[in-house]
Amino acid sequence: MNGLLFLIPIALLLGFAGLAAFLWALQSGQFEDPDGSALRILIDDTGPADE
Amino acid sequence: MTVHSELSVPGIRCAGCIAKIERELAPMPGVRRARVNFTTRRVLVDHDEDLTPEALRKAIEAIGFEAQPLARAGEIERRESRDLLRAVAVAGFASMNIMLLSVSVWSGAGGVTRELFHWLSALIAMPTIAYSGRPFFKSAWSALRRRTNMDVPISIGVILATALSLFETITGGPHAYFDGAVMLLFFLLVGRWLDSVMRDRARSGAEALLRETAPGGMVILPDGAARWLAADAIEPGMRLLVAAGERLAADGVVEEGSSSLDRSLITGESRPEPVAKGGKVLAGTLNLDAPITVRVTAAGEGTTIADIARMMEAAGQGRSRYVRIADRAARLYAPAVHTLAASSFAGWMIAGAGWHESLLIAVAVLIITCPCALGLAVPAAQVVAAGALMRRGILVKDGSALERLSEADVVRFDKTGTLTLGRPVPEDAGRLEGEEAEVALALARASRHPIARALAQALEERGVRAAAVEDLKEVPGIGVAGRWRGQAALLGRPSWIGVEAAQSMLVTAFALGNNPPRVLSFADPVRPDAEAAVAEIRALGLDAAILSGDRPEAVRTVANALGMFATARLTPEDKLAEIERLHRQGHRVLMVGDGLNDGPALAAGHVSIAPASASDVGQTAADLVFLGDSLLPVPAAIRAARRTQNIVRQNFALAVGYNLFAVPLAICGLVTPLIAALAMSGSSLVVVANALRLRRCAR
Repeated sequence: MNGLLFLIPIALLLGFAGLAAFLWALQSGQFEDPDGSALRILIDDTGPADE
Repeated sequence: MTVHSELSVPGIRCAGCIAKIERELAPMPGVRRARVNFTTRRVLVDHDEDLTPEALRKAIEAIGFEAQPLARAGEIERRESRDLLRAVAVAGFASMNIMLLSVSVWSGAGGVTRELFHWLSALIAMPTIAYSGRPFFKSAWSALRRRTNMDVPISIGVILATALSLFETITGGPHAYFDGAVMLLFFLLVGRWLDSVMRDRARSGAEALLRETAPGGMVILPDGAARWLAADAIEPGMRLLVAAGERLAADGVVEEGSSSLDRSLITGESRPEPVAKGGKVLAGTLNLDAPITVRVTAAGEGTTIADIARMMEAAGQGRSRYVRIADRAARLYAPAVHTLAASSFAGWMIAGAGWHESLLIAVAVLIITCPCALGLAVPAAQVVAAGALMRRGILVKDGSALERLSEADVVRFDKTGTLTLGRPVPEDAGRLEGEEAEVALALARASRHPIARALAQALEERGVRAAAVEDLKEVPGIGVAGRWRGQAALLGRPSWIGVEAAQSMLVTAFALGNNPPRVLSFADPVRPDAEAAVAEIRALGLDAAILSGDRPEAVRTVANALGMFATARLTPEDKLAEIERLHRQGHRVLMVGDGLNDGPALAAGHVSIAPASASDVGQTAADLVFLGDSLLPVPAAIRAARRTQNIVRQNFALAVGYNLFAVPLAICGLVTPLIAALAMSGSSLVVVANALRLRRCAR
């Protein structure tokens, strides 16, 4: 029973942290352009101009 | 002051395009931040107030992409999806945590532990239901005043289950349904969100602003002076001076001069049509050759183009009355759910079970019958199908388009731009070689005439690089002249260059120095695979024919090549009338068209498809838009729609089957929260898994 007193708040807090992270990501527009994000890793920022 | 602008740039295709646009826009003076959204094919720019969207459009065009500034209308709808996603996230978090606590209760936690867990569940569930349940409560409330929809039993079920569980928690009872209520919300919200995402995606893809036909024109005042007037200030009786390359702002009769007009916006006809004194001209047509003076007969709301817009609006109203399959199911299902729950409450009361136990059983019946799987059955299948079609280059505007497409039994095609490519293509550009091709490209690029553009495109596709031609000069309506390494270069009318050519064909001539002049002829070719596509459509059991506004001779060649019946020289009204006649006969018509003249027919058709090369009007009126030159996406879309409809029906059968199994248990009072949770998630998973079979439906 004592263990529960610690574990339940911890479990809820972790879940809540996940929810907060998701809502933050949503708010900051990270889900606006999923197809573009997949392509952007191909863009070479430091290299010479690529066409 | 920073302003935010959005531009639609349909030409973005790869990572290189993203990098190019962002890199070249960012250093532009006045631009604070430029970012490409690849999913919606848009460029989002934060910029200073004095930089106009028009300047941004020009800048993007200079980079090499066609762009169109967008109004801010799309913002509200996208916010709806985002709100739904937030509700999904909250419900998901809550249902997982409550489930964690519930599992302990189910596996035998008792006494103080059970009470503590119930209280914790209540603490998580109540705010969640208040927040995530809003979309359903709102819709149920407005439905109560008209006729019941599926949201009414959902809302009643969720609220009753929560209230009863709270009562159980306070009195220390054994069963709480918090997990069931929250999980129900979670699955239903996922369905809602999928539906909303699909609508957004198509909206941003096909969202096209009606390009104004002409913002205004040069009016000759009675005293002989000319002044530019906006289109809505032009009145019948005024005299309009239309320069070559300008669009007409009003309908009228030619008073002076002769020229040829590109009427493709209105009639869909590709060939420039000659007009002389006394000839009728329409707003929206493009004056190609020489300046003409026009006496205005109709302006603003009275023009043919405004008539077409009104017809489209009227024709589109029939489609908004279409009842989607999910709503049809809900109309049957919702009363059944209410009756079942009420009669099990009454039955147990009569049997003497006491109000508390009777209510508990009635709530269990409501939760079990509440259509978790029904809510997912349709959107899950349609979203997967729309995704598969999108990868194939077919854009679906909303889920009901797939439902309607699966019902179509008759196809009517427009000719120009739909069965044909809708643009002149040089038949023998191959005769230009080496430096001749390079010089011809330089000359063709200097003109906006459709023939010159077609030649430029064909040469560019062959990989020809333009030569450095000097002294480029365009003689409007005649041709382009220039000098290259001391030699005169000419591209234009055959008579101007001094060669003979058959008049009935679309031709242009090219001469470089003392080389013999070359005559190039152009044609509007049938789309590649058109024959195969028509054959496939016939194999699917649809009757195909052509409705065209073009000349009978031009229609005949295409009709013979494809083996279809055809009707020629139809006005937009005629096309609309033909579609309505077919509807009265009980047919469901699939209209495939592109031009403004097809607009009313596209809007009136049971379902409609337009190529991406269509006019803005065509794209806006159509339910599906396909990219590329091939016509094969049309039969592919029909097949995919039929498969989707099959999966939707299977999903309904699965969902109802689950209920047939679980409802008797609930009525008998045997359903515990554990069984309710298992039935709900089980049926939802099965339905989603079944929908995933559509991933390859567009092949």
